[in-house]
Amino acid sequence: MSTPELDAGAGHSPNQEILRLEDVGKSYGNVHALRGVSLSVRQGEITCVLGDNGAGKSTLIKIIAGLHQHTEGRFTVNGEAVRFGSPREALDRGIATVYQDLALVPLMSIWRNFFLGSELTRGSGPLRRLDVERMKRVTEEELVKMGISVPDLDRHVGALSGGQRQCIAIARAIHFGAKALVLDEPTAALGVKQSGVVLKYIAKARDAGLGVVFITHNPHHAHLVGNHFVILNRGRVSLDAGRGDVSLDRLTNEMAGGAELEALSHELSRPGSTPEPAAAGRTTTEN
Amino acid sequence: MSQAVQAAPAPPGSVDDRVRRRSLLASVLSRPEVGSLVGAVAVFALFFAVAPTFRQAASFATVLYAGSTIGIMALAVALLMIGGEFDLSAGVAVTTSALFASTFAYQLNLNLWVGVAAALVVSLGIGAFNGWLLMRTGLPSFLITLGTFFILQGVNLGVTKLLTGNVSSTSVSDMDGFEQARAVFASTVPIGGVSVKITVFWWLLFVAIGTWVLLRTKTGNWIFAAGGDKAAARAVGVPVRATKIGLFMTVGFMAWFVGMHQLFSFNAIQSGGGVGQEFIYIIAAVVGGCLLTGGYGSAVGSAIGALIFGMTSLGIVYAGWDANWFKAFLGVMLLLATIVNMIVKNQAAKR
Repeated sequence: MSTPELDAGAGHSPNQEILRLEDVGKSYGNVHALRGVSLSVRQGEITCVLGDNGAGKSTLIKIIAGLHQHTEGRFTVNGEAVRFGSPREALDRGIATVYQDLALVPLMSIWRNFFLGSELTRGSGPLRRLDVERMKRVTEEELVKMGISVPDLDRHVGALSGGQRQCIAIARAIHFGAKALVLDEPTAALGVKQSGVVLKYIAKARDAGLGVVFITHNPHHAHLVGNHFVILNRGRVSLDAGRGDVSLDRLTNEMAGGAELEALSHELSRPGSTPEPAAAGRTTTEN
Repeated sequence: MSQAVQAAPAPPGSVDDRVRRRSLLASVLSRPEVGSLVGAVAVFALFFAVAPTFRQAASFATVLYAGSTIGIMALAVALLMIGGEFDLSAGVAVTTSALFASTFAYQLNLNLWVGVAAALVVSLGIGAFNGWLLMRTGLPSFLITLGTFFILQGVNLGVTKLLTGNVSSTSVSDMDGFEQARAVFASTVPIGGVSVKITVFWWLLFVAIGTWVLLRTKTGNWIFAAGGDKAAARAVGVPVRATKIGLFMTVGFMAWFVGMHQLFSFNAIQSGGGVGQEFIYIIAAVVGGCLLTGGYGSAVGSAIGALIFGMTSLGIVYAGWDANWFKAFLGVMLLLATIVNMIVKNQAAKR
């Protein structure tokens, strides 16, 4: 299943811990979106967070990215307890988040998007202006380093494919000195080939020494690159295992809700009974 | 598909052979103001052919003047639209500023410059209020500025009536500071025997600054981003709130400037003025290539849009046509320009 190229070295590594969540919870009014979640992200490792829709993945990302604040537990970055008031604060701590919608502005060119919010300038006072040449050059260098080829840096991001956009967002996060990279379902909207390309970049980010949080609901993708797996179910952690302790089958099974899936398979596998509407439909077509 | 299979495997890092580099022509065509430039040339050619008066240099100076009073506001409105918002109060805000400057200085018997300065504070304040309320409530700017549009319209009429018992402000032509202020806001500069209004030069300056800010500064990048995708901009650390409030204040500043121009060229201000002008500004911006949805447009485009407006409004008169047709012509221009812009943009994106 896993190719050697993408494989990561398993087990508990001595790598430095970047992010750590201890019993973190978040409630919106009396709805507990997240309860008692603990996980850690280490340098040069990929921590996969899996879960079905509504499992609390988005809430978890928002807490790490600084869009929301946790209401319970402890969140530490490099050993220091934090509570982010804005995404900027998270960025300043070296946590870059690449959202599902990528945070790229479709009608802006590639190089403008690459440096958006962190533009390079030259000159001073009223003559302080964008250093267009340098920004274009750096963008090109960074994209080439990641093995991404784009036809024209002046092209609008909206004209690129989903995979290309994902890679630009990842390259940007790495360039801006991210120590931890949070990826929100980067492969969700992509085809098989493009997903492969994006997974390669995730592995590259890991090899570059970043701690990666890879959020997905695809256990196959997670198992290809992950060092550590955390499965969320209804706002709680239902599995927390290292690479060596969990097989893809177990991961898939757990991800689908384990016991719930068993019950469901039991319910669906009543031999001989065909659902009514389908049966009716077949009769009419045969006539 | 078969071509992609036959092609030799590209070495990593090389250019994807399915996409070619864009030609220079395509790059030029992808500029937002191209459609309006074509339109401007067409309108110019039309009136040049049918109206002999239109060919005179003096007429062209008049056209430029008409363009400048629209264009100064259209520039600010275009920047705001690129930033993803509307300002329906922009038209009456001009009148508010002019009324405030004259009434404030007249009632308190002050030098006119004090009134001018106070009006600037009020205009920036109106802009800041629009922007603040927008960011605070998250309501569409269309609704919020529709509210301020009616408030300002009512206040203009009500306060003027209350203080002067009249529908227009008192003439300020005999007050201290009038001559100097007139020189700044409403004088005429002779160039080669043709009298050109000073607003034309201010307009050119503002458009140059607007273009510079938009394309070559951080702020410009933030304006495009705030209008193109607010959430994405915020996620990468762009101060969306400050950017949008700043854009509304820019509209306030330009409203103040045009208001001062009106005050010092007409001496007195009709309190019911400015209604409907906000649409002219929006039309000029849209004809100039701004998208209604934000994130796309240009400062130069707004100037070309305003120039088309100036050429049309005066060209109809010079051609001896019934001026009542002007609005119909304007509507046709708007539709044509938006359709041309759309086609040009789609074509350029494909190449």
